Parts: sequence; C-alpha cells; structure tokens
Amino acid sequence: MLRQVLQNQVTDGLAVEAIDLVKEFGDTRAVDGVSLAVPTGSIYGLLGPNGAGKTTTLRILLGIIDPSSGTRRVLGRERPLDAASEIGYLPEERGLYPSMHARDAIAFMGALRGLPMAEGRRRADELLQHHGLGDWARKPIRTLSKGMAQIVQLLGSIIHRPRLIVLDEPFAGLDAINQGLLEELIRREARNGATIIFSTHVIAHAERLCERVAIIASGKVAFDGSVAEARGRLRPIVRLRTRASDGPWRSAIPASARREGDEFVFELPEGGPEPLLKALIDGGAGIETLAIERPGLHDAFVAIAGNKAAAAMGQEKHQ
Amino acid sequence: MMRFLRGAFVIARRDFSATVLSKTFIFFLLAPLFPLLFGSVFGTIGARVASRTERPVVAVVSSPADFDRLSTARNDLTDALGDMAVVKLVHYAPEPNAAGQVDRLLASNELPVRAVLTGGLDRPHLTGAVAQDEVTTGQLRLLIANARLSPGVSKPSLAVTSIQASSGSLMKDRAITAQIGQTLLFILTILLSGMLLSQLIEEKSNKIIEIIAAAVPIDAMFVGKLFAMLAASVTGLIVWISAGAFLVQMMKHGGVATLPSPAVGWPAFIALTIIYFGMNYLLLGAAFLTIGAQASTAREVQTLSMPVTFGQMLILLFASSAVGAPNSAGGIAAAVFPLSSPLAMLARAAEEADIWPHLVAIAWQALWVALILRGGAYLFRKTVLKSGPRLPWWRFGRA
Repeated sequence: MLRQVLQNQVTDGLAVEAIDLVKEFGDTRAVDGVSLAVPTGSIYGLLGPNGAGKTTTLRILLGIIDPSSGTRRVLGRERPLDAASEIGYLPEERGLYPSMHARDAIAFMGALRGLPMAEGRRRADELLQHHGLGDWARKPIRTLSKGMAQIVQLLGSIIHRPRLIVLDEPFAGLDAINQGLLEELIRREARNGATIIFSTHVIAHAERLCERVAIIASGKVAFDGSVAEARGRLRPIVRLRTRASDGPWRSAIPASARREGDEFVFELPEGGPEPLLKALIDGGAGIETLAIERPGLHDAFVAIAGNKAAAAMGQEKHQ
Repeated sequence: MMRFLRGAFVIARRDFSATVLSKTFIFFLLAPLFPLLFGSVFGTIGARVASRTERPVVAVVSSPADFDRLSTARNDLTDALGDMAVVKLVHYAPEPNAAGQVDRLLASNELPVRAVLTGGLDRPHLTGAVAQDEVTTGQLRLLIANARLSPGVSKPSLAVTSIQASSGSLMKDRAITAQIGQTLLFILTILLSGMLLSQLIEEKSNKIIEIIAAAVPIDAMFVGKLFAMLAASVTGLIVWISAGAFLVQMMKHGGVATLPSPAVGWPAFIALTIIYFGMNYLLLGAAFLTIGAQASTAREVQTLSMPVTFGQMLILLFASSAVGAPNSAGGIAAAVFPLSSPLAMLARAAEEADIWPHLVAIAWQALWVALILRGGAYLFRKTVLKSGPRLPWWRFGRA
C-alpha cells in the first residue's frame, strides 16, 4: 500500500522519465545521453530520421534492453517489466504467429500482459468488429493482408487497456484510410486517459497528434517540449507585396529579407506586426498583400536538427 | 514470482497448442512406428534368408534306426544349447548309387545342404564344404558319440536347488537393467529434446520476440518453451504407450518381466525413470534452448544439430561408466556432472537400494536446470537483444 502511494507520488505528472540514457553497441553509441519527460495523459512524439536512436530509446524505456548507463522510470517503476501489465507496445518490425487466428493473436498479446485469455478473446471479437475485421476474427494471420495484420497487432497492443501505449513507427506501411483510423484510435485512447508515445519520421503525423515532441538526431535529444514551443523557437515569417517599389517604408524591412518573385520574405521583427504595419503605411508602401505565417514543425525541425536530418526525413517520407 | 509464472504459462500454452494441434504432430506421433515397421519387415526377411542360407543342414544317408538314435542325441544337445545352435539333420534312405546320391544332395536347391553323412553310426563319413566349419564337424562327432551309447544308458541325475538369485547373477542382471534403463532414457531424450534447438527461430524470424521480451522476463520465456516441449513430448509418449507399439514390442521379447528386478524395486524404479526422464529432458533441453537461441536461421540450427548429437553420445558414454560400478570414481562423477546425472542415477537405481541419493540428485539436477535457463536467458539478452552495459569478460554473470 505504502509502495503504491510512493509510486503514485513519483509518477504524479510524469508517465515516463529518462535521465541521461546511453546505449552502446560495440563501438557505436546509438543513444547518447537521452533525457525525456513524458507527462501523464499526453500524446508524445519521438521525431527523427531512421538511425537517430528512436527505436533503441523506446526499447530501453520498455525494458527490452538495458542501457549502458543512465536511468529510466516508467509508470513509477525503475524496472519497466514490473509495469508490463499497464503498457502496450507496437514494435517497428511487426510480428505475429502466422498460424494463429486473429482473435487468438490479440488475446495472446493481452495474456502476455496479464489479461485472461477468455476475456482477451471476447474483447478481441469486439475490437475486430469495431474496426471492420469481424469476418477475419477466426482466420489465420497468414491469410490477412499486411495492413490488416498491422491493425490486428495494434489492437493486440491495447487489448488489456494499458495506461501507457508505446507505438514505434505505427503509420509505416498503412494506407491513408488506415492511417486516419490509427490517428483516431490514438486520440481516443488519449481521451480515455492513456499516455501515448510514438516514434515517427513523418513530421505531419507528429504535428497533427502530439502535444509534446522530442526531436532526436544522432542519438541525442535536440529538443524536448511542446509543439508550440518548438515552433516558437522560430520567428513568424512575413510575406509582403507592395505597389510601391521604393520609399521610406523600405527601412521597416529587415536587411535579411529576401525576394521571392514580387514578394519580400522576412522574419517578423521583434516588435511584432503593429510597428511594422505602421511603418509600412506611414512610409507609403501601398500594401497589396501581407501574410504572417507561423512556422510549421518541419521548419522547427530543420532549425533544431539541421538540414541534413531534415533531408534524411524527407527522403524516407518519399520512399 | 506470479508474473514470472504467468508469463511462462502463457508462452508454454501457446507453444504446446501450436505444436500439438499442428498437422505435423501426427507425423511426430507416427515417427516411432517407422523404425518398428522397418525393423519388423527387414527382421522377418533377414530371419527367413538366414534360416535358408545360414543354418547348416546335414543330410544323413542311413538306416532309420541310426537316424533315430542321432535325432535323440540331437534333442539332448538342443536342450542344452537351443535348437538354432545345433546342426539340422535331414534323413535320406540309402540309394544304390551312393556316390551319385551324395553329389545330388550337395547340389540340391531345395535345402541348403552343407554336408552329407554316410556310413551310418559304425563308419561315419562326412562329405561337404566343412573344411573351415569346425562347429558342424565338432557337433556331429558329439552327436555320433552319444548316439553310439546303448539306448538303455540313462542320463546322469543332477539335483537342483533353485534360489531367487545369487550375488554373481544379481550384479550382472541388475547391470543389464541399468543399461537398458539408461539406453531407453537416452533414446527418448535424444529423440525429443532435439526439437528445442529450433524453438526460438520462429519468434526471432517473426519478430514476435520484441513483443514477448517487452511483456515477460526472458527467463520466463525460456521456462515456458522448455515445459511446453516437455509437455508435448510427454503427450507423444502417452500416445505411443497407449497405442501399444512399445509394449507389444517389449512383450514380444518376454517383456519387462524378463528383466531382473532393480535394487529399488519396480514401483520406485518406474517412478524414478519418469522423474529422471523429465530431469534429463529439462537439463538437455535447457542447454539446447540456450544453444539454439543463438542461431538466427534454420540453417544454423541444422549445422548445430550434429555437434549437439555427438555431445549427447559423449554424455551417454560418460554415464555408462556408472553401470556396474555406481560407487566408483567414474560412477560418482557421472552422477555429479549435471548433464549425465539423470542417466547415471537411473543406473544407480537399478543397482543400489538407497533412495536418499536420488532425492539429493533430483534437487541437484533441478538446481542446474534453473542455472542453465538463467545463463541461457542472460546470454540471449546479451548476445541477441544486446542488452545491458558492456562488461569485461571477467565480470560475466554479474549483470
């Protein structure tokens, strides 16, 4: 009882906490001092190109492997396996027993986490029905399409109603419809109080879903915070088109402004939009159009992780 | 602990169901019938061929009276040596052309006549390919000598007092029981535990290992897999014994009733056989699971199979040093060495009446099952999952 109280105190506010995690494989340092703090009930994204160390970090957090150094605390436990019954996990490399029926595969994954097999089968039937796979419940996994098998595995990772759901590249291999279903499922689980951590190299998914993100590059956390904070690291971009080509108003435009066609593009000055607008109007610019764009997560990622990592993400996205 | 046992049970139930409910398990169940079937077929053919070609037949060309006396003498000899060990005699009445009759009999295709005996009991003469066959000629000399005795001469009487067993016969007979028990245990284990080499290939190739490793301790997975295959093997054994193939084969040759009673008695011996089969399976199985877990492909498992089989043979050879001398240095070493301990202790059960060494041995073996599994899980985490900090070799085992 006392232990539970202490655990609750420790976990109050944080579902996962990692401090200075390091993982070496031979001479390669795959994870290099990663520290994370995942608030309870949040949707948390791990962003980074392949090989950045996302999967290794998740495997350490789940207790599949131990770190070379550093500590982690998952749902209040220092040994993640002690909290296994409260965790759901979808690995990057999907795996199911091909001869198992879909409902049995889901129930088996629940049973591994402590859910009785009979209850697991009952819930599996419901979930499969709900996701349009009711007719496939009693068919072997080998007869399912790749996308269907992926949904089955995803359902297996939430069948026991975990408090923490860890999804490693969950959108990979899914078509647009199933990606939409998965996004909805993630939001629903979060609404029900679960904490979701997912890794992705597709920025759009993180931007749509995540409240907080960690940007990982070369095994290090380059940024950990909310999406707004990430975007807030960059100044908004101003796009300005004027009727006048020159005049006193030009002094209101920063020297770093560049021309894109007949537009001036520059970062919003420190003073904000009002002084800028006043200077443009008073200087007789003849504003034709003026747009202030908030930078996207992609822009923030480029700024934080660098062009090289962003290029790698872009390549993977198009593969 | 409950989490560990629950995890092991879930893995065991999955593996057991996947094995026993698969179509290939039918072939597994039928497997012992193939050697028995081939053995029976080729045994029958071989016996027939042997009876036609190997057993020496001597054609006796004599008067009926002489042949009757030879036959009586032969019956006395077969009482002592057995029918198959004594030369077979076939009677032919003399023909006018004696030389021609001998040639014809030797060339006969109807019977494998090795030689022809002519001249009756008074002037016996043997013609045939017997230059190297001293057994046939020696037996014929003995038969003729006995046949020449007058019919009235009675056999010498021998008073016999029969007891259950003498020390000389008991030691020898119990050694036979020990040897048979050990061999049976070895064959069953070698047949059944080899499957464990490839037990983790499916999980590794299907990537399910990630899901399992994230949910249950690796040790629990090893224990679950080991006991699942033990249960599948026991299922097979029950089916085989129920089907009667094994019992029929045993009874054909006199059955277990012909085996000398083991020192601990039959009930305890049978119970110990079952326990030691379980322990032998668990010990070797744990070792095989550990070795097989390091393999990534079925090809690697196949490559590992041969050295593993040779390893088992060496263990049997080592354990056989306990047969006939359970208290010798070799016998005790075989009982102490974990992998040969079940085999050596079963031999001991046949030869020594004390029960307490078995209780100690079973506890010792159980400890080693746990240690091997623990070591196997550690190695799996280290080498396959690449988990934990890098340690220098002298700190191996402290992670």
